[in-house]
Amino acid sequence: MPTIVGDWLLKADKVSVCQQGRTLVDSASLELKAGAIISLIGPNGAGKTSLVRALMGLLPIASGQLQRRAELRIGYMPQKLNLDPSMPLAVDSFLKLNCSAPERLAQCARQTDVASIFQRPMQGLSGGELQRVLLCRALLRQPQLLVLDEPAQGLDVNGQSELYQLIGQIRDESQCGVLMVSHDLHFVMAATDEVICLNGHICCHGHPEKVSSDPEYLQLFGGHQSNMALYTHHHDHQHTVHGEVVCRHD
Amino acid sequence: MARWYAATIDNTMLEILIAPVLAGLFIVGCAGPLGCFVVWRRLAYFGDALAHAALFGIALGLLAGIATELAIVLACVGLALLLARVKQHSALGGDTWLGVLSHGSLALSIIAISLADAGRVDLYSYLFGDLLTADWTDVALIGGTCTVLAMYLWHSWQPLVALCLNEDLATVEGVRVNLHKTLLMLAIALLTAMAMKLVGALLITALLIIPAAAARHCSNSPGQMALLAACAGTIALLLGMLASFFWNLPTGPAIVSAACGLFALGQLKAAK
Repeated sequence: MPTIVGDWLLKADKVSVCQQGRTLVDSASLELKAGAIISLIGPNGAGKTSLVRALMGLLPIASGQLQRRAELRIGYMPQKLNLDPSMPLAVDSFLKLNCSAPERLAQCARQTDVASIFQRPMQGLSGGELQRVLLCRALLRQPQLLVLDEPAQGLDVNGQSELYQLIGQIRDESQCGVLMVSHDLHFVMAATDEVICLNGHICCHGHPEKVSSDPEYLQLFGGHQSNMALYTHHHDHQHTVHGEVVCRHD
Repeated sequence: MARWYAATIDNTMLEILIAPVLAGLFIVGCAGPLGCFVVWRRLAYFGDALAHAALFGIALGLLAGIATELAIVLACVGLALLLARVKQHSALGGDTWLGVLSHGSLALSIIAISLADAGRVDLYSYLFGDLLTADWTDVALIGGTCTVLAMYLWHSWQPLVALCLNEDLATVEGVRVNLHKTLLMLAIALLTAMAMKLVGALLITALLIIPAAAARHCSNSPGQMALLAACAGTIALLLGMLASFFWNLPTGPAIVSAACGLFALGQLKAAK
């Protein structure tokens, strides 16, 4: 391993991912740092999941360079579990597969509020319960880097806001780096330190406020969504009730 | 009843039966837990393909003059390795590959057996099994193989279960997914080669799947399901052998029928 310069956990330099002759991700460069939340956003088919899987070593990279801190512990929350109904598995056995220390399990279960559903079979969980259980499992091994693939899918608005708060809280407590893939632009903007907007290539990245005013971002997601971001920013325009931008002339 | 029983099982009979029972116990003890993985990973057709490959091995063994057991093991392991390889590098689905390899080897084995002078091989015993002819050499071979398989399952239980949950998650958590996938297929291949003697090519998959399926509704964890599957297999083996002994039924089919009875009981429990 090369010596570490700076405090990054994982560093991608012009990484490309190809599958069956098609380029899914085109020379993406990014740095994941301890204590920072980075959100990866982009339309469907933009290569978000492919990039994330390549960063974790699940997909081969076609070109570019990928550096990881030596013995980096990653906690991964996949989009889906695809658990076969023929496997009898209660929530606690699912979690214990990844963790032999009962105190750590109890601590993570408290944090993600899953202790009350320990005895339920995994296949019988609701969408929100499953997301919490998967997050709990990702936390068990005290990861230095938390990778969350659409953590808020299937949650209602309250659930989403609670989940993003929880992720922020986990970051504050453990100072782990967080990389999350998301569709929920407005929540992401509020809960994140840096946004990377992906559409095959990285169109723009940086502080949420900077990205949300980037012309490429606006072209991808349209002005009608950017107004939903729940962060404070100064308007140089006003919105109609339909969300259209009305410039002030004064 | 007691007199009839005493007359039928005397010491000589026990001596004849003890090697087959031991060989059978080793196989069902291993087939239960391994069968759980076949059920969880939906590999049922893989079992069938292995049985066909085993027949192919017998035919090749005849043509090339290799010992039958060795030829079966080679053919099964060959199929498992080939399948593990093509599944990683092919646009065709795993089930399609299975269909091609399974029926291809079946067709080739029938041709090869007819070419190799069918009179020299008792095809019937390979199709339906002939457990009662098992001798101490068989016990040693089957016992040794099953002990190795059981040790592998015991040692790698956690990574193997993690693999069935989600392969990406298992990889990130440090499980060597491709290695264990290949080893699991090899384990099933080895057990199939051993179980040819017990229930024959036509019923091998049944021995893997039915005890595991019977155990499903009575268990709360993967480990419990594996243990119960081994128990269900043992009960089916003993019931089947008793039935075969007293009523002169073919042994392999009697064991599989007993396993089906246990499966039906499991379903009744689930329906309650």
